[in-house]
Amino acid sequence: MTNEFLLAGFGGQGILFAGKLLAYVGLYAGKEVSWLPSYGPEMRGGTCNCSVTVSDDPIGSPLILEPSELMVMNTPSFDKFIGTVKAGGMAFIDSTLVDGTSDRTDIKCFYIPATQLAADNGLKGMANIILTGKILKEIGLDDMAVIEKALQKVIPPKKANLLDANLNALKLGMNA
Amino acid sequence: MPEFKRPHALTDAYLHYCPGCTHGIVHRLVAEVIDEMGIENDTIGVCPVGCSVMAYDYFNCDMIEASHGRSPAVATGVKRGNPDKFVFTYQGDGDLAAIGTAETIHAATRGENITVIFINNTTYGMTGGQMAPTTLPGQITQTTPYGRDTSEAGFPVKVCEILSQIDGVALAERVTVIDPANIKKAKAAIRKAFEFQKKKQGFSLVEVLSTCPTNWGMTPVQALERVKTDMIPYYPLGVYKEGAVRNKEEA
Amino acid sequence: MAEKSLMKGNEALAEAAIRAGCKCFFGYPITPQTEISAYLSKRMPKVGGTFLQAESEVAAINMVYGCAGSGIRCMTSSSSPGISLKAEGISYIAGADLPCVIIDVVRGGPGLGGIQPSQADYWQITKGLAHGDFHVLVYAPSSVQEMADMVAKAFDMADEYRMPAIILADGLLGQMMEPVEFADEEIKMSDASNKPWAANGHKGQRKHNIINSLYLQPQELEDKVVERFKRYEDIKANHTMAVADYCDDADIVVVAYGSTARLAKSAVDAARKEGLKVGMFRPVTLWPFPEKELQEATKNAKKILTVEMSMGQMIHDVKLAVNCSKPVEFYGRTGGIIPAPADILKKIKEMGGNK
Repeated sequence: MTNEFLLAGFGGQGILFAGKLLAYVGLYAGKEVSWLPSYGPEMRGGTCNCSVTVSDDPIGSPLILEPSELMVMNTPSFDKFIGTVKAGGMAFIDSTLVDGTSDRTDIKCFYIPATQLAADNGLKGMANIILTGKILKEIGLDDMAVIEKALQKVIPPKKANLLDANLNALKLGMNA
Repeated sequence: MPEFKRPHALTDAYLHYCPGCTHGIVHRLVAEVIDEMGIENDTIGVCPVGCSVMAYDYFNCDMIEASHGRSPAVATGVKRGNPDKFVFTYQGDGDLAAIGTAETIHAATRGENITVIFINNTTYGMTGGQMAPTTLPGQITQTTPYGRDTSEAGFPVKVCEILSQIDGVALAERVTVIDPANIKKAKAAIRKAFEFQKKKQGFSLVEVLSTCPTNWGMTPVQALERVKTDMIPYYPLGVYKEGAVRNKEEA
Repeated sequence: MAEKSLMKGNEALAEAAIRAGCKCFFGYPITPQTEISAYLSKRMPKVGGTFLQAESEVAAINMVYGCAGSGIRCMTSSSSPGISLKAEGISYIAGADLPCVIIDVVRGGPGLGGIQPSQADYWQITKGLAHGDFHVLVYAPSSVQEMADMVAKAFDMADEYRMPAIILADGLLGQMMEPVEFADEEIKMSDASNKPWAANGHKGQRKHNIINSLYLQPQELEDKVVERFKRYEDIKANHTMAVADYCDDADIVVVAYGSTARLAKSAVDAARKEGLKVGMFRPVTLWPFPEKELQEATKNAKKILTVEMSMGQMIHDVKLAVNCSKPVEFYGRTGGIIPAPADILKKIKEMGGNK
């Protein structure tokens, strides 16, 4: 089993962080993982994406051109990547931020108003985690003990106070 | 009565310098200071590209030959790996103030605990007397055959004056070795520079106004006279900056 | 062994250097390798080492020259344009027989080029690094774990043969995260105790040491260079490294190194799934090039395909290694574009990969 995630949005939305969380969940679930960011001169506000592979087998190319799971948090990324999702794959779309829907019938699209949900639940800035929760649920990597361990690992010590909020966001996403 | 003999920190090798060149005097002063401070065992010298490229054969301490202009960077590498050893560079004007300007300035800004002996003889000696960054206005060299025209070739670099503006510098002093009185002052400056290094108090540089009779087309005596009449007025002797930049002793 | 954690390739290199006893690091910021400097600036002061941001690449490599000359394990890292600037210093380090490790996280060129991954420094690093008759050891990792493992190897080989060792990575390897583990060993900074040639103060115990690359007598210089090339021959005979997969029955053997080898391996795996007889050969040492290993891996092959993130540089070494005895074709992308496994597979099929 191999999951190839492509996560895309604006810099500052926590795209790379979400990718890191997915990778650690995979690692702690005993799988092979790789994480590859797009990198460039743009910092905050620029487009940003990240390839994450979680697999039972050793990983060849860490660069994902045709994801099995796509997460998008802005319209340009939606327009750019929705056509690249593998047939039979899934797309997780922040419908608060993305205008439009896909007419593809060979993939499963989840339109989740993640940014709105985050605002409504006092989890501002955690739309990325809500979407990640949904992804983990849908692909069946949903062992809470593993997920919690991964979260503890990726949240920097300075922000340890945000652990509970992140967990809440994940659960919110899993149930969305 | 102290006996006049070769300092231990100098090897027995014959110096290859031209007759009347003051490199020999400066080598000796550095070696005497190393002897008097008893630090030869723990000293690493870095020599440049230029006439003193083979100074590694003349000093008895461990020596490293650097590429052109990079001695302060090389010395930085030695010092950072071995903070308790003594590290000095010995550089000419082309090496230090042209191709190696960046390395000089930045070793100084970092306040590297190294000592730089800077030989200013207003010319590139080894390659046969071309214009140096310190060549005086109007001075004839192989590449300024009509005299250094400052409108074309720019102005001389005044190293001590520049370094006096840099916070990391513990000592910037200009001396000369044209007569016994000045030689004594030069030695005192070199000793002071090594003492700053010993106490880890910052970057120390001693600029020595020197001669190059061969490329100046002069006798040794005329060359010494030129230092007095032409160089010192442009490059006044004296202390430009002095004082610990770190590890200051309690008053 | 400690628990595996995810690290960027650049960070893994940096941590591995500390664990290999690298006491001093001299660097200058340049994308895509700056994480190495950032990581070491945090870590070095905690372990009694030195991190120094130099004023230039030129200064950084000369700091390495001085530090290595005093017998201390030290390192610098850069990316392509910065390596060009270091070239002079590397020649002096080679000429003075000093050990050190240099990282090149390659980006697209020439000139300022781009900042995306590339392998266009192959010629520069393996052939024409700087003036004079000399070689440097070149290691090409293809995973984050290998990035870490090769640092200690590079330091050990550099010490043993008294020459610079280069780790040739690229932006893809430098920026990606993978699980990595380090042996749980106490960190011990290097000293000069096994380096009797080091210029670190003679303590009155020996004649003064001189670190130098100047030999004005031609005979002396020739002797010196010939002695160095004898060491190179020993390395060629004993220290080449390569990985071959499914080459025994392969009609086509794909040759690629570094991150490109992973992309090529994905294509080869896909080809095998379709029943095509395709093999994969990955040189791990680029100098010396694993010629014998490549000859062995391709002895039954009809064709060879070289895949690179450049216009084709390693391909010349591949042709030389097999003595042009069979066709060597090329597929590559350059300028920072990463070759897609699907396109490599397409090329394999065009070459007539048979079931």
